[in-house]
Amino acid sequence: MRRLGPLLIERDPVPSASWVLLVSVGAVVAALIAAAGVFWAFGINPLTAYAAILTGTLNTRAAPEIFRQAVPLLLCGVGLIVAFRAQFWNIGAEGQLLMGAVGATAVALFAPLPAPALIPTMLAAGFLCGALWGVLPAVLRLRLDVNEVITTLMMNYIALFFVGWLIHGPWKGQESFGFAYTDTFPRAAWLPLIGGTRVNWIGLALGVMLAGGLAFLLARTRMGFEIRVLGQNAAAARYAGIDPLRTALGAMMISAGAAGLAGVSEVAGIHHKLLAPDQVSLGYGYAGIIVAWLARGSPLAAILTAVFLGLIYSSGDVVKVSLQMPFRVTDIFNGLILMFLIGSERLLPYRLRWAAERPAGSQAGRDPMVPPRPDTPASRGDGPVRGQEGGR
Amino acid sequence: MLALRGITKSFPGVVANDGITIEVAAGEIHALLGENGAGKTTLMNILYGVYQPDAGEIYLGGRQVKIRSPRDAIALGIGMVPQHFLLVRRHTVAENIALGASDTPALFPTKQIEARVQNLGPRYGLAVDPRARIWELSPSEQQRVEILKALIRGAQVLILDEPTSVLTPQEAQNLFGVLRRMRQEGHSVIFITHKLDEVMDVADRVTVLRRGRVVATLPIGETDKRSLARMMVGRDVEFQIPREPRRTSGAALVVEMLEADNDRGVPALRGISFDVGRGEIFGVAGVAGNGQRELVEVLTGLRPATRGRMRLNDRDITSLPARSLHEAGVAHIPEDRTRLGVVPTMSVAENLVLKQYRYPPFSRGQVIDNGAVMQFARRMIDEYAIATPGPHVPVRLLSGGNIQRLILARELSGRPALVVASHPTAGLDVSATEQTHALLLRHRREDVAIVLVSEDLDEILRLSDRIAVLFSGEIVGLLPAGDATRERLGLMMMGQRA
Repeated sequence: MRRLGPLLIERDPVPSASWVLLVSVGAVVAALIAAAGVFWAFGINPLTAYAAILTGTLNTRAAPEIFRQAVPLLLCGVGLIVAFRAQFWNIGAEGQLLMGAVGATAVALFAPLPAPALIPTMLAAGFLCGALWGVLPAVLRLRLDVNEVITTLMMNYIALFFVGWLIHGPWKGQESFGFAYTDTFPRAAWLPLIGGTRVNWIGLALGVMLAGGLAFLLARTRMGFEIRVLGQNAAAARYAGIDPLRTALGAMMISAGAAGLAGVSEVAGIHHKLLAPDQVSLGYGYAGIIVAWLARGSPLAAILTAVFLGLIYSSGDVVKVSLQMPFRVTDIFNGLILMFLIGSERLLPYRLRWAAERPAGSQAGRDPMVPPRPDTPASRGDGPVRGQEGGR
Repeated sequence: MLALRGITKSFPGVVANDGITIEVAAGEIHALLGENGAGKTTLMNILYGVYQPDAGEIYLGGRQVKIRSPRDAIALGIGMVPQHFLLVRRHTVAENIALGASDTPALFPTKQIEARVQNLGPRYGLAVDPRARIWELSPSEQQRVEILKALIRGAQVLILDEPTSVLTPQEAQNLFGVLRRMRQEGHSVIFITHKLDEVMDVADRVTVLRRGRVVATLPIGETDKRSLARMMVGRDVEFQIPREPRRTSGAALVVEMLEADNDRGVPALRGISFDVGRGEIFGVAGVAGNGQRELVEVLTGLRPATRGRMRLNDRDITSLPARSLHEAGVAHIPEDRTRLGVVPTMSVAENLVLKQYRYPPFSRGQVIDNGAVMQFARRMIDEYAIATPGPHVPVRLLSGGNIQRLILARELSGRPALVVASHPTAGLDVSATEQTHALLLRHRREDVAIVLVSEDLDEILRLSDRIAVLFSGEIVGLLPAGDATRERLGLMMMGQRA
């Protein structure tokens, strides 16, 4: 326990929801303050810049663009939540998204299917291609203990260059006049847009349904239970007879498949062809990590955080047009937000209280979850000791 | 010599030390007796500078001192031998001692240390090869290194936290010899324990703590085990559990020539054969690391057997996975409660169905029936007296005793055929220990076969019908409980065949 002005800093192993929200918002605000330095370095008053961004994005003409960006972010983000809940650090949503785009493109351009079957088959193919791209790191991790952060990250580059090879080589379009992209998809393979916007409603609906479905999966199904047990305590999962390989494979296929759907949604909803990987995805697979992290493991909360990240993405256009700064400034925003978010994790087990209260006697004010007087040391010994380790 | 006056320390929600006053004389072995959670370790962490007290003073040699860190404590001549040793396993004894000693030269740091180890060793009965690497040493030798480390750093006051928990009875006697030698040399020794026999055996005076307060400080001559137990627990304690003799009815578990490797791929079980009858408690004693863990893991499906066979009620269960063994009626009360037995961040209710979640009535198809889970959880909380604010509370907020009650409820409520209990009462308070023992005996009455692995010889002697001693992966002796004594078991634990 330490004093900070009129406040006491205490450890509380179970942070309350409002404290988590406060810390998360604080991290985002801190990131935006840090990002102000970037504007300042460009010779632009940060306040003017943020004002321009807000007026430029939050108007009826531009607002749909937020949701257009939120669709791939949501699909990647909810999937990543499932992987993260299993403590499987999937950094490969970007590559899984690209492979989903490849799968959809293959169906759209080459499958001799009747028109109504085209879009469902593209979605299935995209999910499957993404999922398969996620299977290899899962198997490597569980059979050979290969770190999945490395493998999933590296497989992004394999996917990236694979797409590059496809559009420069075998899939290069007949009608592309030497440019590196495929032919345009047949009309029947275009995902319908919500009138007057670039938001494809199938992708949006899939994202929202997936968020709801995965929230149910995690909370109420056997598979979700297994994923949570494996993620929270892998040793206990083994003890309980939960097969870690099958569980992690399942979580990873959902995660990677959802990213694959994001790829389908992009090529079939926006571009209508497969093109250079940095045009198919503006880093949605990486930004999805922020969506998942901000949502703190809740698929439903990811709907909100995806919209927030969509706002940041759509602010890129404003930054480019009205402030004459590069679009990629949004990457700096994203990087700063993720950095502050992860940094703020350390604050979660602490809480602030007015020092006026007596610390030990005021049990009434405490979280009702905490038993009033433990008779043995689980809370008495462990918690404080762990807090001391760093200080020694 | 040393005085703690009015030490108070609270953590959120609990007062761990409440106005504790203790005086320790030079040349005294002072036992600090109390149950888990009585505040012993907190008090010693304050003395060693790990925590700062909220109130109270510390006097050393008549002078008030402030101890802000372990570094201050060492400078003041206070040494601590922790329960879990803090040694670098790949380094030598001398290197470990040199590490962190203030007068270690930058070049050839271990040279002087080796000489001092060889000098101090015989003087205190702490012989150990200064060039040996820590991983080559037995737990009792590692403990000697910790003691030497403290002595070489100039400790006048030595704190030992539950020092006998890793020792055989004979090794414990050796340790007591070392402590007496240190007393002769004028050191003060503070000896933290919850074992009454040890207090009576080695201490000069004893301070009993209960719920963060001093109950009494007494010379050993003026007290006895029974009254110490009453002070420690706050009520009378039954030492002898009534255990009616019984005929076991046929073998439930038959193990033949079982072999298994440990985590490093080295054989840890070398051809073990035994059988456990229905309604029999089969005790497995031994010093930690002689194959007990591997045996428990093979029996419960967490480790494959490399050779041999196991049969449960005439069904071959060799190398079945954990889930199949659970379905076959094997219950597992694991050694490492919070690491293996529960998911601390998940709720009491979810932990109560950690294995059963996938079967009716808790699951219908893929979907878990929360209503059924909650109903079961409420019943278990009631039946097994699990102290929790409710079934939704995360298990990490429960005390060790209640976590064990939860595990017992989960494992024993499913009418098992075989219970494998590993150190089931380690670290538990008296009431949780009594409850655990009563539950095991009740299942024995109900014709369940029970394998009880424990380092606590008293527990083994009290509960078992037959006792096997494991030494370096083999059963070196198998005795009916009536023929077993601490001394005989102790000798076998060191490898002497019966």
